[in-house]
Amino acid sequence: MERPIKTMAEFKAEGKSPEILFWVGCAGSFDDRAKKITKSFASLLQKANIEFAILGQEEGCTGDPAKRAGNEFLFQMQALMNIEVLNSYEIKKIVTACPHCFNTLKNEYPQLGGTYEVLHHTQFLLSLLNEGRIKVKGGIYKGKKITFHDPCYLGRANDVYEAPRELLAQLEVNLLEMKRCKQNGLCCGAGGAQMFKEPEPGIKDINVERTEEALLLNPDIIATGCPFCNTMLTDGLQSKNNNSQIYVKDLAELLNENLS
Amino acid sequence: MDYIQSIIFLLLAFAGIGLFVRNILKIKRNILLGKAENRSDNPSKRWKLVLRIAVGQGKMLARPVAGILHLVVYIGFVIINIELIEIFVDGIWGTHRYFGKILPSPLYNLTTGTVDILSFSVLIAVTLFFIRRNIIKVPRLNSKDLLGWPHMDGNLILIIEFLMMLSLLIMNAADFTLQKKGILYSCGFFPVSNCIFNNVFSTFSVESLYIMQKSAWWFHYLGVLFFLNYLYFSKHLHILFAFPNTYFANLQKQGQLNDLDSVTKEVKLLLDPNADPYQASTEESVPEKFGVSDATDLSWIQLLNAYTCTECGRCTSSCPANLTGKKLSPRKIMMDVRDRIEEIGRNIDKNGNFLDDGKQLLGNYITPEEIWACTTCNACVEACPLLINPLSILIDLRRYLVMEKTAAPSELNSMMSNIENNNAPWQFSQNDRANWTKE
Ligand code: SF4
Ligand code: SF4
Repeated sequence: MERPIKTMAEFKAEGKSPEILFWVGCAGSFDDRAKKITKSFASLLQKANIEFAILGQEEGCTGDPAKRAGNEFLFQMQALMNIEVLNSYEIKKIVTACPHCFNTLKNEYPQLGGTYEVLHHTQFLLSLLNEGRIKVKGGIYKGKKITFHDPCYLGRANDVYEAPRELLAQLEVNLLEMKRCKQNGLCCGAGGAQMFKEPEPGIKDINVERTEEALLLNPDIIATGCPFCNTMLTDGLQSKNNNSQIYVKDLAELLNENLS
Repeated sequence: MDYIQSIIFLLLAFAGIGLFVRNILKIKRNILLGKAENRSDNPSKRWKLVLRIAVGQGKMLARPVAGILHLVVYIGFVIINIELIEIFVDGIWGTHRYFGKILPSPLYNLTTGTVDILSFSVLIAVTLFFIRRNIIKVPRLNSKDLLGWPHMDGNLILIIEFLMMLSLLIMNAADFTLQKKGILYSCGFFPVSNCIFNNVFSTFSVESLYIMQKSAWWFHYLGVLFFLNYLYFSKHLHILFAFPNTYFANLQKQGQLNDLDSVTKEVKLLLDPNADPYQASTEESVPEKFGVSDATDLSWIQLLNAYTCTECGRCTSSCPANLTGKKLSPRKIMMDVRDRIEEIGRNIDKNGNFLDDGKQLLGNYITPEEIWACTTCNACVEACPLLINPLSILIDLRRYLVMEKTAAPSELNSMMSNIENNNAPWQFSQNDRANWTKE
């Protein structure tokens, strides 16, 4: 990273509080591919001069995969631990690049005592662009054929369909929609803890089905806003022995590349 | 001798309606076998949902062909049943087209004309529905979920509706021909039936026309009573349940799964260093069951959902698991729940109380393979025109498997023990969580 990234504990030691908390999430912290998204987003925050903190070692799994796997005990243990940390720092506003963390923090923590303003990074980045805190520079993606895969936990689960598309519009890309998009978007196959297990027997893997649908459009890039969708679609592309130069990229990466 | 007809009419009405009420009360009892769940908040929002989704068919047009045909049948059904008022008046008092005599003729003409046109439109729509189901074989209406009775049910509904509409048209045409012959009091406007049947009917004798008119009238009336009682055995119940079901729908964001309060209590105790563990165990002598293994563990909302399901398969045809050949079908989940709660209901009817039948929803109806295939993507919830939520049932079944039976697939067990031990679903050390900041 260009500049050091501070934790909440460090801010507190200085007696300051940041504008936002960047909730990195487990994939964003540990998965090699997802870490690139994390760094792109952090870099964008630095370019916009946003004072932000992470929790660092005080962050723990939100409990989303446990809850979706039916383990309500484990979920609530995780939730209560995280809420204790978040409340001890009097966190008001959280931004995350993971739709699963986004959904859980936003919708499932309030009943357990954790109420915050929670934004997905595409929503936050769009507001930065609209407020002029960052500006789109050259048009490296101008006119490029890009399709956006709606993550279930961003789209259907929380009705966020426009922010990612408006971001793409600001990059002046040639946005192509898959037949199943927005409310009708097809899952990448990772949600509901499926990420962590082999699929049940069937005729095809879900991520392959989704990748094939995207490939019908002949895109240069498949854009998404979720580290899990990213993995699933990247695997999907690989299973198709895709030698052409098609990439799966997060919106934070596209925007960050545009700015640098 | 007219009063004999009136008596027969009334007796049939009492029997038909009485049987119907009895069945509805039975369903109500079955639904209330489910667990309590409070959905009385925000009535104004709920009424708006009923207006938009049930009355206004708000989600049906997402599939335009079926949506438009359904709209025709739905509007037809609502308006044509105005005719029932006259059927009842005539049936009870032994009159003939009573409103034709007392209403101003433009109004009566407008009503009979509209009903006549709609009857024909519904006739066409149900014919097209029948063709879609049996000749074009639309995949979602021919999947293996529907083998046996459900398939037959779908067709029977269409056939009954067809015959009901046909009887109305024949009745109108015969009536009108008799009017033209000066036998019956002249009233009403019957553009379509007259146009279709005029040529043939005008050659018939007065007696046969009279018999046709009367039998069509009786056929339609008996049909109404039959159909009313058929609902109980059929997916057609949605014509009534669509309204309460949308009223009591979930108003949260689709991504939000409910909390289990029973779990919250225990977790808070676990995390509270001051809690007295002995007190906790004596407080509640019977430990609550976590999750769902039988239909009566579900909430009454989930059971109402099951009775409301039209078996249309919109959910299944957008389910990523089903689309890629997995066994899971959200429609089947709803049908299984209804079948099981009906079975429990019959058991109670027979024995007074539920006698263990060695069966349950989990295992005998829904298998773990189906339960674990779900990605919780909410496509089924989004697709359902009646705001039914199959996902909530799958999650509750998972909860039982995991929290009561520790029977999750082994990879998920590793994921969960990683969360417990490393605070992340993978085996990474918590100390490395912020390593990316230095890379
Ligand atoms: S939530 Fe589950 S059952 Fe519903 S469509 Fe998605 S995968 Fe299928
Ligand atoms: S749950 Fe809804 S979408 Fe699925 S079959 Fe029943 S009515 Fe149709």
